[in-house]
Amino acid sequence: MTKENIYAQLKSIIKIYLPEDVSVDDIGPESHLIDELNINSSHLIDVVLDLEDAFGIEIKDDELEAMDTVSSAIEIIQKKINN
Amino acid sequence: MGIPDFLHAIRTGKSGIKFFPKLKELNFSCQIGAMPDISEEKKREYFTELELRNFNSNGILYGVIAGLDALHDAGIDKTAMADEPDWGLGVVFGTGTSGVEKFREAIYKLDDGEVRRLGSTTVGQTMMSGVSAYLGGKMGAGNQVTTNSSACASGTEAVLMGYEQIATGKAIQMLCGSCGDDGPYVWGGFDAMKVTTFKHNETPTQSSRPMSATASGFVPGSGAGAVLLESLDNAIARGVTIYAEVLGGNINSGGQRQGGSMTAPNSIAVQKCIIEALQNSGVNPEEIDYVNGHLTATVKDPVEIENWCAALDRQGADFPYINSLKAMIGHGLAASGSMEIVSALLQLHHNFVFPNINCEDVHPEIARLIDPQKIPRHELNVPLKTIAKASFGFGDVNACVIFRKI
Repeated sequence: MTKENIYAQLKSIIKIYLPEDVSVDDIGPESHLIDELNINSSHLIDVVLDLEDAFGIEIKDDELEAMDTVSSAIEIIQKKINN
Repeated sequence: MGIPDFLHAIRTGKSGIKFFPKLKELNFSCQIGAMPDISEEKKREYFTELELRNFNSNGILYGVIAGLDALHDAGIDKTAMADEPDWGLGVVFGTGTSGVEKFREAIYKLDDGEVRRLGSTTVGQTMMSGVSAYLGGKMGAGNQVTTNSSACASGTEAVLMGYEQIATGKAIQMLCGSCGDDGPYVWGGFDAMKVTTFKHNETPTQSSRPMSATASGFVPGSGAGAVLLESLDNAIARGVTIYAEVLGGNINSGGQRQGGSMTAPNSIAVQKCIIEALQNSGVNPEEIDYVNGHLTATVKDPVEIENWCAALDRQGADFPYINSLKAMIGHGLAASGSMEIVSALLQLHHNFVFPNINCEDVHPEIARLIDPQKIPRHELNVPLKTIAKASFGFGDVNACVIFRKI
């Protein structure tokens, strides 16, 4: 799966969790999930569960810690898929 | 269900009780019940898409809808989210148990070793105070936000708790109500106790028969009711509809003594609760025009009437009008008190007594105590000024509130 494909799918998952004042167009490759996109930190858990279902992967606790931006999420997902 | 539909239903004596095939499948003795029918579209008027993801907590669903409807009816608009909470606005919302279906979902995942897949909302949906937490957030309430639990007395108790908070000057507005979860996992325990009726699985609309000679047990129900209490000065200044003034009330317990138990009320405590509610309100028993009973349609209904007669020292034709909403919507358990208070306030406001359906055969012991004319079988238009509402719950707990028209 290409980076672009992952990015598109990730975007469609993230948009559900955006607060009302953040639009899907605000999502960029370098966006910080909590600081910039204002995703409630408790919802990050749900984003991860959705990603696991969508990509058929499992994201570990330490990987979750490293997943703070859109690009770091893509990187982790890509690594998992290729394994 | 909003006020216009509910008002029409109680005026015309419409039953909301239905047969549920699922209960039959699960070998329930009582295969009927009453629960609100909420469309997906309706849910989206009160919850965001995100909140509805993996949402599976009926009591919270009903409670939020009733609570926000009450707020809207009181002319309070919280759609424009202010940054700061409203410090004068609080919530007391009772419930018996929360998110039972959600809890079941979580248990299956947990037992499969999948604790990490519970997601972020399992706690919020299964904690007792889930309903007040959801409401408090939606309203931006900055005063006390809590959930009370006293079984079937919860709704009436919530109103008295909110009233205290305002009467002692700690809050300006309190949203008070109660809600209940439903379905087999909530109703099963009552079915096992044989306190629900098994005689009307084919005749659901005739099943719930408070004060009737052929009452054969209660019919389980659910839902939610809510009222917005406010200091009188504030309500007058805002120029909103005032349905009634809370004159006062009382909450007590029979201590499971003198014949009281986990499931049966201590009659002395019930009478004391009503008498002290009147004293606390500064109302003479003869001023009570109407009683909204607890009256569940079990063998205990005549005992409740006896207690009202003793507490009010009134009987026969001197007894006030009385009815029970449970004939139409069953026993909503923790939700019952608040739903019944809404029905009582609408009767007070519009000067009528709704019909006691399924009571064409008044119980002979009740007929000996009070004139059956005081148990209207058809809608009765009559001026009402001062009314009493009481609820009694498992654990031998009682709550009684007195309302007066302004």
